[in-house]
Amino acid sequence: MTVVEIPELALVALVGVSGSGKTTFARRHFAPTQVLSSDAFRAMVADDENDQSASATAFDVLHYVAGKRLRGGRLTVVDATNLQPHARQALVKVARDHDVLPVAIVLDVPEAVAWERTEARTDRTFDRRVITRMQRDLRQSLGRLAREGFRKVYVLRGVDEIDAAEIRYEKLFNDRRELTGPFDIIGDVHGCRAELETLLVRLGWTLRTDADGRPVGAVHPEGRTAVFVGDLVDRGPDSPGVLRLVMGMVAAGTAICVPGNHEQKLLRRLRGRDVKLTHGLAETVAQLDAEDPAFVAGVAAFIDGLVSHYVLDGGRLVVAHAGLKEEYQGRASGRVRSFALYGETTGETDEYGLPVRYPWARDYRGSAMVVYGHTPTPVPEWVNNTICIDTGCVFGGALTALRYPDRELVSVPAEKEHYPPVRPLVPTGSQRTDDTLELTDVTGRRHVDYGYGKVTVPAENSAAALEVMSRFAVDPRWLVWLPPTMAPCSTSTVPGYLEHPAEAFADFRAAGVDRVVCEEKHMGSRAVVLVRREPDAGPFGPGGGVVYTRTGRPFFGDPLDGQLLDRVRRAVDVTGLWAELDTDWLLLDCELLPWSAKAGGLIRSRYASVGAAGRHVLPAVDQVLASAGRRGLDVAALRDRMARRAADVARYSAAYRRYVGPTDGLAGVTLAPFAVLAGAGRSYADRDHGWHLALADRLCAVDPELFTPTRRLVVELADGTAVAAATDWWLALTADGGEGMVVKPYAGPGAVNAKGRLLQPGIKCRGREYLRIIYGPEYTEPAQLAALRKRSLGRKRGLALTEHGLGLAALDRLAEGAPLWRRHELVFAILASESEPVDPRL
Amino acid sequence: MLLTVTTTHRPATDLGYLLVKHPDRMHAFDLPTGTAYVFYAEASEECCTAALLLDVDPQRLLTGTRNRGGAKGSAPDGFTLGQYVNDRPYATSSLLASALAKVFRSALRGESRDRPELAGTPIPLEVRVPVLRCQGGPELVGRLFAPLGWTVTATAVGLDEEHPEWGASRYVDLTLTGTLRLADALNHLYVLLPVLDDAKHYWVAPEEIDKLLRAGAGWLADHPERALVTRRYLAHQRALAQSALDRLAELRLADEPADADTVTDSETDSHGDGGAGTAPDPVTGAEPANGPDTPVRLPSLAAQRRTAVLAALADSGASRVLDLGCGGGALLVDLVADRRYTEIVGTDVSTAALAMAERRLRLDRLPERQRDRIRLWQSALTYRDDRLRGYDAAVLMEVIEHVDPSRLDALEAAVFGHAQPGAVVVTTPNVEYNVRYEGLPAGQARHHDHRFEWTRAEFADWAHRVADTYGYRVALSGIGGDDPEVGAPTQLAVLTRATTTAAGQQTVGTVAEQQATGTVGDDEKEVPA
Repeated sequence: MTVVEIPELALVALVGVSGSGKTTFARRHFAPTQVLSSDAFRAMVADDENDQSASATAFDVLHYVAGKRLRGGRLTVVDATNLQPHARQALVKVARDHDVLPVAIVLDVPEAVAWERTEARTDRTFDRRVITRMQRDLRQSLGRLAREGFRKVYVLRGVDEIDAAEIRYEKLFNDRRELTGPFDIIGDVHGCRAELETLLVRLGWTLRTDADGRPVGAVHPEGRTAVFVGDLVDRGPDSPGVLRLVMGMVAAGTAICVPGNHEQKLLRRLRGRDVKLTHGLAETVAQLDAEDPAFVAGVAAFIDGLVSHYVLDGGRLVVAHAGLKEEYQGRASGRVRSFALYGETTGETDEYGLPVRYPWARDYRGSAMVVYGHTPTPVPEWVNNTICIDTGCVFGGALTALRYPDRELVSVPAEKEHYPPVRPLVPTGSQRTDDTLELTDVTGRRHVDYGYGKVTVPAENSAAALEVMSRFAVDPRWLVWLPPTMAPCSTSTVPGYLEHPAEAFADFRAAGVDRVVCEEKHMGSRAVVLVRREPDAGPFGPGGGVVYTRTGRPFFGDPLDGQLLDRVRRAVDVTGLWAELDTDWLLLDCELLPWSAKAGGLIRSRYASVGAAGRHVLPAVDQVLASAGRRGLDVAALRDRMARRAADVARYSAAYRRYVGPTDGLAGVTLAPFAVLAGAGRSYADRDHGWHLALADRLCAVDPELFTPTRRLVVELADGTAVAAATDWWLALTADGGEGMVVKPYAGPGAVNAKGRLLQPGIKCRGREYLRIIYGPEYTEPAQLAALRKRSLGRKRGLALTEHGLGLAALDRLAEGAPLWRRHELVFAILASESEPVDPRL
Repeated sequence: MLLTVTTTHRPATDLGYLLVKHPDRMHAFDLPTGTAYVFYAEASEECCTAALLLDVDPQRLLTGTRNRGGAKGSAPDGFTLGQYVNDRPYATSSLLASALAKVFRSALRGESRDRPELAGTPIPLEVRVPVLRCQGGPELVGRLFAPLGWTVTATAVGLDEEHPEWGASRYVDLTLTGTLRLADALNHLYVLLPVLDDAKHYWVAPEEIDKLLRAGAGWLADHPERALVTRRYLAHQRALAQSALDRLAELRLADEPADADTVTDSETDSHGDGGAGTAPDPVTGAEPANGPDTPVRLPSLAAQRRTAVLAALADSGASRVLDLGCGGGALLVDLVADRRYTEIVGTDVSTAALAMAERRLRLDRLPERQRDRIRLWQSALTYRDDRLRGYDAAVLMEVIEHVDPSRLDALEAAVFGHAQPGAVVVTTPNVEYNVRYEGLPAGQARHHDHRFEWTRAEFADWAHRVADTYGYRVALSGIGGDDPEVGAPTQLAVLTRATTTAAGQQTVGTVAEQQATGTVGDDEKEVPA
């Protein structure tokens, strides 16, 4: 029995004459979707699987589909004769373009068998000479396949061997996803054995030494695995010592190692190639000359066995000497290896004569963490979930390890400058490169998996949001979160009411919530306050933080936002929350009052206008109707109705006037905080609303002029008395135009139901008079109310929940220190959800 | 919603014959937008007052809006809650004009079966509209009605009696008195009420020209404000308005110079904040007229700017060019006309602006070979966009001042660091010149969306800093005539790539080195003194 071993990800070309049984073989060993058959593609493009004139088009499409499958990491089998060199070259190119290995399986059956099978088919009408010619082509092909680029070639001879063959899958060498760590990933050592020993000890490793006292291994009591990112040798004082230790650890299974470009060059030297003894190779060669030849041979074997990169921990971690872009991870080809060893260069050199490296990390959008070395950097910095941990030990910097999964950096300083640096080890004026966003991070139709759920953002919405985001919103670096829209309670059936607490409570009861908090709903403008402890230095803007609206715009702009931040900062200073929460910034969700402070223009142009028109015209109407009535016309009913309308307009006017207050700069402005969303390294979505409101109360106590407290009531939904009391409370709040309340699960913003799904973070229940501002002065007229009761809430609820989840995920990613684009895509998706779609075609 | 017509012609009750509505009955008419009532508040020998009361049904307005797909009749300014909170039930607007036409059809035509002579006779009339929605205030009401023989009493209605500091609302309490034929009076109202409202509740189709000319017969052609009336009546659709004006000109005696029809734009201030949500067009954005002491009519500053930018592009030798922030496409039209440009890309963050550019370029009607030279993409200059890499030159014409100063670094990184065109042509206002604009208050920007306006020194600083950071050379100049004290109204910078170093790799050190050797930083032209 022949065992055909193929890599898990490969492009498999079946090779054989017509009638050799390729289709049968493919059907037996592979899933139908893995097999791309030229016959099927000919049928697809020309309605006839034997139409040879359609072959060129059919293969065009076949190669395209094969490419898409390989890009997605899917094994692909091509069922075609593949007897012509040009046909096979095209497949090898497709495989190389996607950095997978091409494999050929040749089915070689006697010509008589092939002819017999072909004759048995009614749809094949060509004569025997065709088979003969194919057989000749096959003979010529056999010797060429390996040269053509097929990494594995299996030739199955005869019907019996073909029938008995078995396919086995082998993992790629770089696939070590089963290793889950924890890892200590160690940067470029470059012969600094002493520092390596110190670092390992600092990390808790126990060194093992040989009879001569030389370290030859190390174990960690917690079973950690060391990962070396390469460049163990050259320039430093003891490259053999480093090799001895690392080789020992790798042999003992306590370490794994990827090669660096310096190991590669050393290997070529050890194999007797002519290489220049530059960049510190001379030192290594001299040091190895003093070693036992058996050790040197061991070094060569060790380097030769190294795999250029590893995919670890279920695909969450990738280690390569010079880093690795997403398309190359877990792939195998010459250019993948070259990238892993040398990185990507632009073909240019800098002023020191060193190659200019393309900043691949800036463009990195993969989900796997990439840890690498190769480029000395003074301080390791996270760039889009990648980090370079070469801190130039040999140049007098430090030797650095990254603890995984903890993301903790541990460094030991170099004992001395072992080798003068070619280029100064200081930043060359480059700013953090993950601060720049790409258009493709946010535009087009986007599927966003945000952990709490998945959402598809239509391109139309992204296009609309792009304009708002780029023209009007605050800097994306500081726009860490946006408030979700809020769903109202189910429509009330209580006569005269569109919204009523009974429904809000019922909604949460139905969702399985026992305990809610009813918070007074302030009618003002949403203000998100990100305040920093230090006004002059740190993240989130030059002004000590940022204040923005629900669509991300600066709240008032300069200089009022800065003054507001100053006052908030002073209040937080007094409360002692910085120390208590161990943070140097806080994200507060607030309502800024009065409404007129921000929306004065809107109130005048819209709300007051409608009131003015109504208040002025209805008395005139009444007068005319009264005159007509005196003349004996029957206008009583109409006059009554007009009088009712006048009363409604008066109530409407009272409702909007309630939210108008005199302000001058910040004088007259107050802030009602109701949630403390996040601080350094921490989202507070898991804290209950008692905690959030208690912190808000402390701010109010410190500066009662600036902060307005939020009245609230905690209600056990099973307690009828408490529910009735809350209803009365709401009636009192709203009798004279108060906006009403928001009912929230007491457990906090991150509250989930029994199935672990997010709950609505709040349901608004707005007052009868207040709603005139929303639904028009006369919405309480029975006909209008009846129409409004048909309002559909499903979409609004869905949107509210999605946006809430996106916001929580954005806070989580902020806490994790995720790259900007990962945070921004979520915040952008919230804005897009709230945007009216526009034509994205252009 | 309410309009009354009073006459003191004797017998005044003849008004009932002219309107064909009996004074002693309540008349009700079901209309698409609600119910119209006609009744008489007074009906005596001496005085007769007919009232037209339109009881708007808000729900019908809602469904009407939805059915019309997109044209938000009840919320012309795009206010999201406008469908619920709006003044249509209270104010007199185009809805009432429609009702007038339906209810008093024969009176509008000047026909009366019972009083044919009276219909053709001027009679003393008083018309009152207690709440007229009016863009342009009492003053405009006077300008529109007074030339027609009316004595106009127009008082602005206060916005809120509890907030006198808010001043007047957009409503006017209007009383017209005069001796006119009733039909003329009604036709004046039928045309001018919607014109004053300036927010038609229905889609304006070409047939509206015929309606306007019919109702305006005998008075509109000679009305001094006919251009404004026409434009507003036809909902600011230029093509329609021009066609109507042409037909009006034919009706008139040829005793006026032809260019008297030039649109005067006496109402730009009242219509300035229309088109909510669309980005102001940075290319053709509203600018003050030419300087005060310009004796000859020079090309507009916008045209001079395009000429200067085209000259700079031509000098750069570019053939593949980007117009970043192309707005409505004014420059793209010029670029397309020049065969040297083989590939032209216009980008803007506003899809509305791009749609406008597409219309202006008539992309759908260009031959394929021509169309293939042009691309319009939505892009934001604060995001890196790979599509923009590898072009010969880029134009940032009147764009940077629309970007918040705090985001300029992102724009610089995206354009100079990432897209890296061979040359970048930048224009921006020279704030020093603003003192030369009469009517531009000191300290006010030329456009409400300008996030900053720079002096020549500030612009030069910026251009040099960007050039140093990203490896470009700078040449600075001005556009629009060099004023000896304050310079030119528009500043121009041409930045040319100094090296061919790759994306984002230009380090400060490198440039410093190049400066030392004199390859970077020498302006071809000095800043105007």
